[in-house]
Amino acid sequence: MMKSSRNRKRKLDATILRTATNYLLPLLLMFSLFVLLRGHYLSGGGFVGGLIASIAFVLHSFAYNTKRTLRLFSIPPLMLIPIGLVISFVSSFLPVLLGESFLTGVWFADSVAVIGSVGTALFFDIGVYLVVIGVVLTILFTISETVQ
Amino acid sequence: MISNFILAPILVHMLTAIVLMFFWKKIRAQKTISIIGNSIAFLVSLQLSISVWQNGNMTLQVGGWEAPFGITFVSDMLSATMVMLTALVSLCVGIYSTEAINTSRIRYGYFVIFHFLIMGLNGAFLTGDIFNLYVWFEVVIISSFVLLTLGGKKRQMEGAVKYVTMNMLASSIFLTAIGILYGITGSLNIADLPEHVAAVENRGLVTVTALLFFVGFGIKSAVFPMYFWLPSSYHTPPSAIGAVFGGLLTKMGVYSMLRIFTVVFTPDDFIQGVFVAIAVLTMISGALGVINKRNLRRILSYFIVCHIGYLIAGIGLYTELALVGVIFYLIHDVIIKSNLFMMSGIINKIRETQDIYRLGGFYKDYPKLSIVFAIILFSLAGIPPLSGFWPKIMLFQEAFAQGSYVLLGTLIFASFITLFIVARIWSEIFWKDLPKPNSEEIDHFCNFHKRGKIALVLPIVALAVVSLFIGFKASFIFEISERVAYELKNPQIYIDSVMNHLK
Repeated sequence: MMKSSRNRKRKLDATILRTATNYLLPLLLMFSLFVLLRGHYLSGGGFVGGLIASIAFVLHSFAYNTKRTLRLFSIPPLMLIPIGLVISFVSSFLPVLLGESFLTGVWFADSVAVIGSVGTALFFDIGVYLVVIGVVLTILFTISETVQ
Repeated sequence: MISNFILAPILVHMLTAIVLMFFWKKIRAQKTISIIGNSIAFLVSLQLSISVWQNGNMTLQVGGWEAPFGITFVSDMLSATMVMLTALVSLCVGIYSTEAINTSRIRYGYFVIFHFLIMGLNGAFLTGDIFNLYVWFEVVIISSFVLLTLGGKKRQMEGAVKYVTMNMLASSIFLTAIGILYGITGSLNIADLPEHVAAVENRGLVTVTALLFFVGFGIKSAVFPMYFWLPSSYHTPPSAIGAVFGGLLTKMGVYSMLRIFTVVFTPDDFIQGVFVAIAVLTMISGALGVINKRNLRRILSYFIVCHIGYLIAGIGLYTELALVGVIFYLIHDVIIKSNLFMMSGIINKIRETQDIYRLGGFYKDYPKLSIVFAIILFSLAGIPPLSGFWPKIMLFQEAFAQGSYVLLGTLIFASFITLFIVARIWSEIFWKDLPKPNSEEIDHFCNFHKRGKIALVLPIVALAVVSLFIGFKASFIFEISERVAYELKNPQIYIDSVMNHLK
């Protein structure tokens, strides 16, 4: 009797959390992109954006389970680390090909609507964003798998 | 010369690590990519060294920000030598690791972390910014934590706890020193600092800051009294990891001391006295520690401590000839210490023990390998004309010329103990018959496939040949060391190359 009521209570809790998560996940992801983009002049950037995005997925894994969250990814989160590193590396290496020193900011002449002017710094930050998501999710999912 | 090429040794290792991550858990691919990456890095480092040797210092202002404001990368002859040594050791240890490291460690990213570690070392040797130096130190330390604990054996954890604690302490002291230095001068660029440091009125504060740097680097290079973490942690990980740690990690601290105490601070009599006193105590404690140890790798760890004393002593004497001796000894020491750890790995593979009293009969079973090992051991002891002999003679001479007889006595005492222990290792492991020739002790080496044997033996032979080269072509190494020492004694060359883009 006791056990079943506890189970029901857990399910009830989960319902609220799951419903909320279904709305929060896209919202948090969008917010993380916003933080990533505003990071050039204002506070924010790839690292914080990446953390917010990972929180969204962690919340999803709380509401459902790790397996279901992993199904949201077409590649394992671990692979986000090298992909992010490649993006950062290419964006910092690009100025070398243009005859500048490594890591120099290079910008497109025309600015894009909403985002503003686009340069290597943005791509570097996108790389950081992916690396942070990859690292955080790999660590947390590894821990939660060993706990379960 | 200003060139992006200076970053190549760092970037090659970074790229290798990135590519390795795409091949996560694919063991064959990991080994191949690592060897390719190491070979490219070796060629690139060679190119960098040759270029610096011919054209003088190479610099780069990262991101195009000019010197005192941006992060500078500088390669003078000292940096180039260190990068070259790193490349050589990492290539040899990388090849050795393909067989010496078990597959489960490789599956969990051994090579990825290995390349990040080497990247960090190269970064530390090439940077011209003191805070950036700290960041590279952190890259190296975090990678080394992972390498130490990878595998998760209880013994490893115990060693790692001591290692992590002491290195964290060293890092925080180093960071504090940087903070104070920035507070009193307002600059972090190594080439920009000397001018500001000279202008500080509160000389006491400058001395305190200099000593804080010395303590921070000293813990990292395992000098007295903070050396105990090294012998209690370096014997726990596999020998390939021990080879990188023993050869390169402590030398990073010595390199930083050489850099900071020639360019930023000019040691006065007091600081020189501190250096010499610490060197004497380090040599004595290392030599006393080594005498009663039975475990081969613990003996080697105490040797590291003991021989760091030589380097510190040379810096303490602070004459050009003493610095030549230091650089020569550094070159010899990096090669020999890495090789000794790889040697202990092979001995462990063959006999399944590191206890020198339970080992034996090596010369009878493996005569050819024993000759290679003999070269390594006698180079370490410094029997003329092998590589350890020349720098020791220079240091003896200089200690005598400067009239520091206590130091001279300690140097001779430490050399004598080294010789004594080497003789003991030789007689216990190689000459003596195997004390318990039982059949259940399995020889893991003899049933290795041919390629595996080559991967294990080739790097050791290669480094032994390098040791022989250092011994027999001492004039060439002497020339390099002289150039480095000249640049160290004339820091204006370094400063000009950064601030005024002069050669």
